[in-house]
Amino acid sequence: MKIAVCVKQVPDSWAEKKMNSGRLDREGVDAVLNDLDEYAVEEALRIAEAHGGNEEGSSNTVTLISMGPERAAEAIRKALSMGANNAILISDVALAGADALTTSEVLASVIKAEAFDLVICGTESTDARMSVVPAMLAERLSWAQLTFAGSVKVNPDAKSVEITRVTESGVDTITAQFPAVISVIEKINEPRYPSFKGIMAAKKKSIETRSAAGLAANISAWSDVVDATPRPARGAGIKVEDGGTGGDALITYLAEKKLV
Amino acid sequence: MSAVILAEFSDGKVSKTTAELATLAARTGDVTAVVLGNSQMAAQILAGPIKKVIAVDNADVLAYGVAAAVDALAAVIAQESPKVLLIASSAFGKELAGRLAVRTNSGLITDAVDVAADATATQLVFGGSTTVHSKVSHGISIITVRPNSVDPDLTPATPEVSTLTSPTSATSQLAKITSTQAPVKGGRPELTEAQIVVSGGRGTNGDFTPVETFADLLGGAVGASRAATDAGWYPHSMQVGQTGKTVSPQLYVACGISGAIQHRAGMQTSKVIVAINKDPEAPIFEVADFGVVGDLFAVLPQASEGIKARKS
Ligand SMILES: Cc1cc2nc3c(=O)[nH]c(=O)nc-3n(C[C@H](O)[C@H](O)[C@H](O)COP(=O)(O)OP(=O)(O)OC[C@H]3O[C@@H](n4cnc5c(N)ncnc54)[C@H](O)[C@@H]3O)c2cc1C
Repeated sequence: MKIAVCVKQVPDSWAEKKMNSGRLDREGVDAVLNDLDEYAVEEALRIAEAHGGNEEGSSNTVTLISMGPERAAEAIRKALSMGANNAILISDVALAGADALTTSEVLASVIKAEAFDLVICGTESTDARMSVVPAMLAERLSWAQLTFAGSVKVNPDAKSVEITRVTESGVDTITAQFPAVISVIEKINEPRYPSFKGIMAAKKKSIETRSAAGLAANISAWSDVVDATPRPARGAGIKVEDGGTGGDALITYLAEKKLV
Repeated sequence: MSAVILAEFSDGKVSKTTAELATLAARTGDVTAVVLGNSQMAAQILAGPIKKVIAVDNADVLAYGVAAAVDALAAVIAQESPKVLLIASSAFGKELAGRLAVRTNSGLITDAVDVAADATATQLVFGGSTTVHSKVSHGISIITVRPNSVDPDLTPATPEVSTLTSPTSATSQLAKITSTQAPVKGGRPELTEAQIVVSGGRGTNGDFTPVETFADLLGGAVGASRAATDAGWYPHSMQVGQTGKTVSPQLYVACGISGAIQHRAGMQTSKVIVAINKDPEAPIFEVADFGVVGDLFAVLPQASEGIKARKS
């Protein structure tokens, strides 16, 4: 199987984020591999390992695909040290500030050229939080959409895949033939820590960097930020110690606020 | 200008989110509500500034999910040529909106909390720390809106109802739903629509009884932290946070929840936040309007008794 995993470098979840000229200011913020993509990398590796592994000479490969600045190579290196085989990084100043529509178009144009069986994504990036790229990929590629997977079962011989889709609407079992776009929720697995061996091996793995020039993608802006303003921080409020009347104090407070 | 909204239903009943979407859409033009369902469902649309209802009764939406819904909405768009399309922000709604944006060459804004007459959308980003206004610059303004963001205009509606049949393309049938299990709600309001949400975390130690009792006395929904859903104490569909629901109720009560950034990402825009936690240093207190440092198993039952006393 040829499996692709879409990964993104994002500012650390704990970092204070600011907007600068309508874009997330990424300078001076610690950048990490998007947490939720680790689950996608892990799931791709598990699928490969359950069917002969992804070592050289085996029939499976796990390729990372990322769009981002050149320093995104650091985040990609982490996913390589988990065990992915190789990576493609699409990096171009023309893509800075790209939204989900452009991102999905760029990723789809790379995926189209490579004949993957499965593309696996996290459910969202922790910075933009739109949660739409996997569905947009399915639309652009005309592939089966198997998103919000809480479990994935692959049958490489039958070229079929079954997932359970876990959302607020309930749990659905969904099946499709290859090729398919899968996104995985963070309940699906426990991502491995890169081993020392994995880290050493990752240093030798290739990250192929491409510009946007050769891509069959139409890069344009689909929406404009009019303005972005910091909101006043939520001031810490009243804090009472429960000396036996904490519940009563709470009700008095809620009554004052007309909430009970 | 004309605007299309996708009507929301829960347990077969039209939900208040529908009127919320209509309220925002009506600022931009005459509103047509699309019902993915039959004419009985369409007949439930009786409130909100809605001029027309189009029912697309297509069993394929149940069989093929998002992809089939995209075909249905695309057919409505072809017929109505709207300038604005509003859909509720849920996993399904956002995916549907995303695919429609691709298909119709339109811009997309997700998780808006307000939409102005010129279709400028307001979003609260970075855990509610920044307000962003943005506007689609290409095609239809496709915007997903968080439930509970506006006071719905509930004026009686007498819409003109029509039906539309749209075939589902072969590519939209590639992923087939073979079974469906509805979420367990236990008769409580929908988490994202509730005015009051009471959530429990690891501090409940698996016993949600005091949390549920308090929620029920307030007519609220019950939520959970990831620690609680990971432990299997509460279903994942009830998780609040970055990888769960984003809620924005009038009142959010966090019980035995430390307030990790991923949890706060899902509740920080609530109007009033209350925290009950044994640990005075818990980060949840940084965002709480009212905090009780104490044992939830003592504080919640006392608070529940207090409500009962007020009611009698
Ligand atoms: C990729 C990723 C995504 C995530 N997404 C989410 C998400 O969507 N939602 C989410 O919630 N988390 C999410 N998390 C997890 C998050 O980081 C925290 O681990 C989680 O929120 C902790 O849950 P908790 O507050 O219930 O547990 P803890 O952090 O263990 O806190 C329990 C709290 O209960 C208090 N306590 C214990 N006993 C009592 C008692 N008897 N009475 C009162 N207080 C008591 C303790 O003082 C403590 O503060 C995510 C993490 C990652 C890495």
